[in-house]
Parts: sequence; structure tokens; C-alpha cells
Amino acid sequence: MTINTLAKGGCHREQMACFRKMEKVIVAMQDPDMGMKMRNQRLLITVIPHAMTGHDIITWLTHKYRISEEEALHLGNMLVKYGYIYPLKEPRCLVLRPDESPYRFQTPYFWTSTRWPASELDYAIYLAKKNIRKQGELMEYEKERYSLLHKRINHTWDFVVMQAREQLRSSKQRRKADRIVLECQEQAYWLINRPPPGVNNVLDTGLERPNNFSCRVTLVSNFIIEACRKALGRNRVKSSICLEGFLKYSEQYLNHDPIMQGCLPSNPWISDDTAHWTMNAEIVPVPTRLRVERWSFSFTELLNDAMGRKEFMTYLEKEFSAENLYFWQACEDIRHGENSKIVEKVEDVYKNFLAPGAARWVNIDSKTMDKTLEGIKRPHRFVMDDAQMHIYFLMKKDSYPRYLKSDLYKNMLAKAIVPQETKKSVFPFMRRQRHSSPSPAQTATQAAEEEGLAKGAGANSAAGSHF
Amino acid sequence: MACQGLQKGETLESLKRESETLKKKLEEERNKLNDVELHQVAEKVEVLSALSIKTRRVLKGHGNKVLCMDWCKDKRRMVSSSQDGKVIVWDAFTLNKEHGVPLPCTWVLACAYAPLSGLDNKCSVIPLSLDKNENLAAKKKSVAMHTNYVSGCSFTNSDMQLLTSSGDGTCALWDVESGQLLQSFHGHTADVLSLDLAPSETGNTFVSGGCDMKANVWDMRSGQNIQSFESHESDINCVKYYPSGDAFASASDDATCRFYDLRADREVAVYQKDSIIFGASTCDFSLSGRLLFAGYNDYTINVWDVLKGTRATILFGHENRVSRVRVSPDGTALGSASWDSTLRVSWSFSTGSNYIFRFIKLLFWVNSRLVLEFTVAF
Repeated sequence: MTINTLAKGGCHREQMACFRKMEKVIVAMQDPDMGMKMRNQRLLITVIPHAMTGHDIITWLTHKYRISEEEALHLGNMLVKYGYIYPLKEPRCLVLRPDESPYRFQTPYFWTSTRWPASELDYAIYLAKKNIRKQGELMEYEKERYSLLHKRINHTWDFVVMQAREQLRSSKQRRKADRIVLECQEQAYWLINRPPPGVNNVLDTGLERPNNFSCRVTLVSNFIIEACRKALGRNRVKSSICLEGFLKYSEQYLNHDPIMQGCLPSNPWISDDTAHWTMNAEIVPVPTRLRVERWSFSFTELLNDAMGRKEFMTYLEKEFSAENLYFWQACEDIRHGENSKIVEKVEDVYKNFLAPGAARWVNIDSKTMDKTLEGIKRPHRFVMDDAQMHIYFLMKKDSYPRYLKSDLYKNMLAKAIVPQETKKSVFPFMRRQRHSSPSPAQTATQAAEEEGLAKGAGANSAAGSHF
Repeated sequence: MACQGLQKGETLESLKRESETLKKKLEEERNKLNDVELHQVAEKVEVLSALSIKTRRVLKGHGNKVLCMDWCKDKRRMVSSSQDGKVIVWDAFTLNKEHGVPLPCTWVLACAYAPLSGLDNKCSVIPLSLDKNENLAAKKKSVAMHTNYVSGCSFTNSDMQLLTSSGDGTCALWDVESGQLLQSFHGHTADVLSLDLAPSETGNTFVSGGCDMKANVWDMRSGQNIQSFESHESDINCVKYYPSGDAFASASDDATCRFYDLRADREVAVYQKDSIIFGASTCDFSLSGRLLFAGYNDYTINVWDVLKGTRATILFGHENRVSRVRVSPDGTALGSASWDSTLRVSWSFSTGSNYIFRFIKLLFWVNSRLVLEFTVAF
């Protein structure tokens, strides 16, 4: 199956949108009032007007978008990569240098978006011109492409050569400065639309999409109408309540988020010490405190943790209601298991949990029980859903809160480990263990020394003002 | 749902008008309960201390664009698929390549790690047009069959069922063992590019996003489209649930990421910046949901403060488009895959600053015998 990775024919939506945005930036850069200051640049013996330095570009972008210099350099680089700005020194290297290197804006005639896609014929004419001008001294890859094109569009070759000659002749009638500019512009255009081997093709957009399967208007409208009708009947919750929910969740899990708060004893990726993973393996003799605390966040958290589930099962055994959890697990197995085993599993569940006098009979309300028993006659993947839901919420509302208040849980929490933190110091010989309540002045100095190097100005000035 | 042609008394015009009117009505209904914005509510939340996230591991070995990656449950292994037709399983911690599986097809768009915690790790790979379920003990199986490319896949809670999204505009649920189609989901009007399973108690819904600029929430059991959001201005490349399951984020070619609240049934935040011009192709939340990592087509990864709506930091390093970002299962690291044929692992060095602040607080208290609330905003 051939996959076309370059858009053919019409515009490629995603790329065009990006081009338009980049063009807006370029236009703003050339604004007479708020745009960049341009000057003349000397290139060997000719003077090129309307040029700017790499440094100017970065400064302008930094001010306009209020971003860091690093980001401005990156953005400027994109503008160069896509051909909106081209370098005058080393024109084959499409990179933005943050120094006095001269750059120029590409003329809209040669914007990639203007002449999309670049045609084979135009490329042939360009290479032919170059070939004539350089008397056959093209670059290797250009020679290869030239001969390939020659084979492919052999029938129009006379036209190609004629056009090339014509364009060369008219360019000779221009001023030298203009001629150089035009050559640079054209070269920049082709460096992007026909990149040399080894250079990333920025115009590569991957798989072509969307696929042009017919979107009948009736189909679209019917989907929308049905979706809207259903949505209008929805129950919604007030924003203030929902949004508070997000705040609470993020706050609750903050200490559990290693990217925000680090992890104990240390982040294995930083310290090369896998203790954190060992301590938090699926089954451990003693779990960590954070892990046990997490069981109290929600019933799902408890059930999703293998150890938590085991503990809960132990608690339920004591309360003589373990059949609930066994039932729930069996239902999960049906829901997510192999299709072929469904019938057999449903039978087992009926025998063990639902049949009168069953060994592990679960207490379901009569309405649900009737519905389930009816459904069992024609077993399918979701036949236990209602019963499972009933038992789930029973455990959640009743057993789970009691478990959290129980001695079993409290003891688990008490003997849970709080790992000692090991900090990887900047100076390898200064690897130290944290201890509780160190002498503030002394350790503040040490800490400031260590971290000040990593954190820089902010922390240092704050710490420094107190010594 | 029967998608028939025009009914009696309908014209194309009348259908269009009806759908437009209904859409407007829906917006009004949604706005009725909109009494406050997320960034307003988030004003009382502490500002993020300066995030220092650095890329410290680069996994080289693919010969072409890396299109997809996923973490293993053991928190250190990853699987990646590439345009060079290979799927590689890495131990990202030691940088070792553990398995390399060549496929007969390039453009392997999606791969996912089965949630099995056993000795045989199953890895599912769905290449373009030929869908194979790859058991690394060399047992190949054809599972999902779409009529167009498969853009995304995800195992449901076990490795017995597979959910796929496709360029043919549908999503589908498959039984892995038999290859049977269990449920299909119709409602998108263009290619579906991404899907994500809800981490909810009942585990019955998932969200999908596509080229029709819509994000749809589906009931896996009935195949019904239960919610729909249409506020993006271009293709939605990636959708990801917030860890609580009450919301999801989307990354789009319109250079924005958006946050949708499922209970309030509306978009509650747009993550965008003037200087971000290129489309976002992928996104993922940090463990607490406070941060949203998004990979862009300008080779960067922007990190957003989900609650405040501001950008926390930007990561450079990749030399071509970022095709996938994924936070590791225990939240300790961020994995990213790129068209520059590398994968990178990044993590946060931010914790050091907390110790400075704590010591400074202590110092204040000791020196001035006052408890001062000391927050430093960078």
C-alpha cells in the first residue's frame, strides 16, 4: 500500500494554518513602526539593503512575545527552517544564529504557501539554470536529481532548457545586487522544498488526513441533531462545584506526584537508586506510608492496589462479609475476560454467589436479583453489571468507611515505612543522609551551597540575606 | 442510529438550520450553570514553585520517525514503534534494548502495553491496515480489522479486550481471543485520531478525538455517544483523561490544548500562547493532574499549569516533531517520542527548592520568633 506523505494537489490543512500564523509574525516583524530595524549588510563587495542580524531577530521576538531568549531562538529557527527568513552568510545552512550574522526576509513570491506544492517543472528549470550558470558544477545530489528529472519529464525538456535560458538572460539585465538577492531567494526556496539528503524535510507532515470518505451532509447533520437533543436533556453540575473538585484532587495528590514534590527515598531516575521502586513493588512486607494513605482517598484506590485489596479482604473476613469482594472480583473477571469463558464463568458465579443456599451468598435487593437471574438465562459480558454495581456501592458506603476507622487500617498506617530521603549532592563526595531537626544555621548554609548552584539567583539571594 | 437520507418535509437547508439552532440552544444551556471560571477558582491555589525539568536520557536505536510509545507497568520499561517498521522494547532505566520486533509494514502508528503483571509481557501493535496483536513469544494474531488505518489502541482493564480508533471514522471494541468485533462506535464524521479510557469506578466510558474537531465520550457497553465537545478549531490529535476521570484534555492542530469538565459538560480552560504557533500532537497529565505535558510540532514540549492556565515551563531537545508524551505509571518521569528517531526521558529536579524554602521558614521563625508565611514566586 503506497502512503503519500507529501500533500498532493490542494492545500494541506494543518500546514497551511501554520504558514498563515508564521506569515503574521513575519508581517509584524516588517511593520514600519513596531517592526525590526533593518540596515544594509555588506556581502563581499556588494551592499545588500534591508537585512538584519540574528541577534536583532531574537531580541524582537523576546520583546514581542515576552518569552525567554532560548524560546525566541527556537521560534526564530522555525521561521528560518520554513523559509520565511534566510541567511546571507552560509546560505545552505538554514539555522538562526544569535549573533551578527545577516538575514533577510523571503519575498512572498517565494513563500512555500504561495507556490504549493513546488512543481517538478519549476525544479527542473531551476536546476537547468544552475547547471548552465555553473557550467555543470552542480552538487552531487543536484546532479542526481537533474538526471532523474531529465528522464522523467524528457518530453518537455526543450521547454525546460528554453525557460532556463530565458530567465538567465533577463536576470543578467538586472543590477548585480538585485541579481544576488534573487539568486539567494530562489536558492532558499529550493533548499526547503527540495531539501538535500540528510536534512529534515520540514514539509513532511506524515500520514495524509483526513481521508476523503464522503461526509454526507445529512449524515453530519443527523449526528449533530441527535447528539444535541440528548445533550439538552443532560443533568449538569454547577461550575463552581466541579472546579473545586479539581482543586481538591490536585491538592490531595500533590505529595504523591514525584514531578511536583519528589519522592522518597529518591527519584530513581535522578539518583540511579531503585529503592523507591523496590519499596513500592506490588507486594511488599511493609508498604510505605504514602501508599497506605492513598487507600483512604477513594474506594477505587484501595481496590486498585493489590496489597490494599488484600488488606480489605482480611478486614471483610473478620466482618463475615468477604463474599461481597469475592463476588465483585468474579464479576470483573467476567466483564474483562475471554468471550469464550463467559458462559462457564456466569454459571460459576450463580452457583457460588446467587443460588439459594450458595456457599458465598451475596445480599442483593430483590429487584436486581430478579433482573440478574433473568439475564443469566442468556449470559453475556454485562449480565452481572447491575448486581456488581449494587455490591460495589454497598462495600463503598458501608464496609470501606468502617475499614478506614478500623484498627487493622490504623495499625497498617502506623507501621508503614517513611523512607529516609537521600539527596544526590552536587559534589559527589558530599553525599549525606537527611536527619530530623538539624541545626538550622549550619544546614541552611550547606543546603544553600548545594542547591544554590542548581537554583541560581532566586534562592541564593533569599538565603544570602540572612547570614 | 439509522443514518438515512432526507425525511419527508426535510431539505438539506432545513437539516442544517435545525442542527445550528440546537447547537446554539445547547451552548445556552451549558452556560446557565457556568458561574465561575477555572482560573478564578484557582487563584487561591499556591503558585507552582519553579519547575526544573530536564531531559537526561536519550534512547537511540530507531532508524526513522518514532510514532508512538508507551510505558510498561513496571515503571521503567517502554515500548516504541517507528516508521522503520520496528517495535522496540527498552529498559529506559539502563538504556538497554530488550526486544526488537520487525513488522512487515511501516507506519506503525500505535502500540500499547498490556496491563498484565506476569512474566509474559504482551505488547499490542497495530500497524497501518494490517492489524496484528503481537505476542513477543512470536505468536502473531490478527485482531482488529478496520477499513482504514488504525490511529490508536488501548487495552481495557485486562488484556482480553482491545479498543481501537481508526481513520475510517469509527472506534471499535474487540475480543482479543477470537478477533470478534464486540461493539462499534459511530458518530465522528472524519478520521478518529486518538482515544483514552476513563479511569472511573465503573470503567465503562472512553473519550475519542478526531479530524472533525470533535471530542466524543462513549459508553462502551451500548456504543452510545453520551457527550460531545466541539470547540477546537482544527484536528484533535490526542485526548487524555484527568486522573480523577471527571475531565479530559485534548491537544489539537490549532496550537491549543483544552480542558473539558465532564460534569459541567463544557470546556473550562484553553492552554495557548501567542508564541506557540505549531499544532500540539500529544498530551498527558502528571500524576496529581496539576501539570499537563503537551508535545508540539515545533519540536518542543510545553508544560501547563492545569488549574491556573499558565505555562509552567518549556522543554527543548527534540530535533523534530514530538509524536508522543507519556508520564510513567508512578509519575516519576516523562517519556517522549519524536520524529527525530529518538525517545527521551525527562524528570524534575524541582524538589531541592522546597528544602530551601523550608529552611528559610525555619530560619525566620528562629530569628524573629514569628511564624511567617513565606512564599517565593519565581
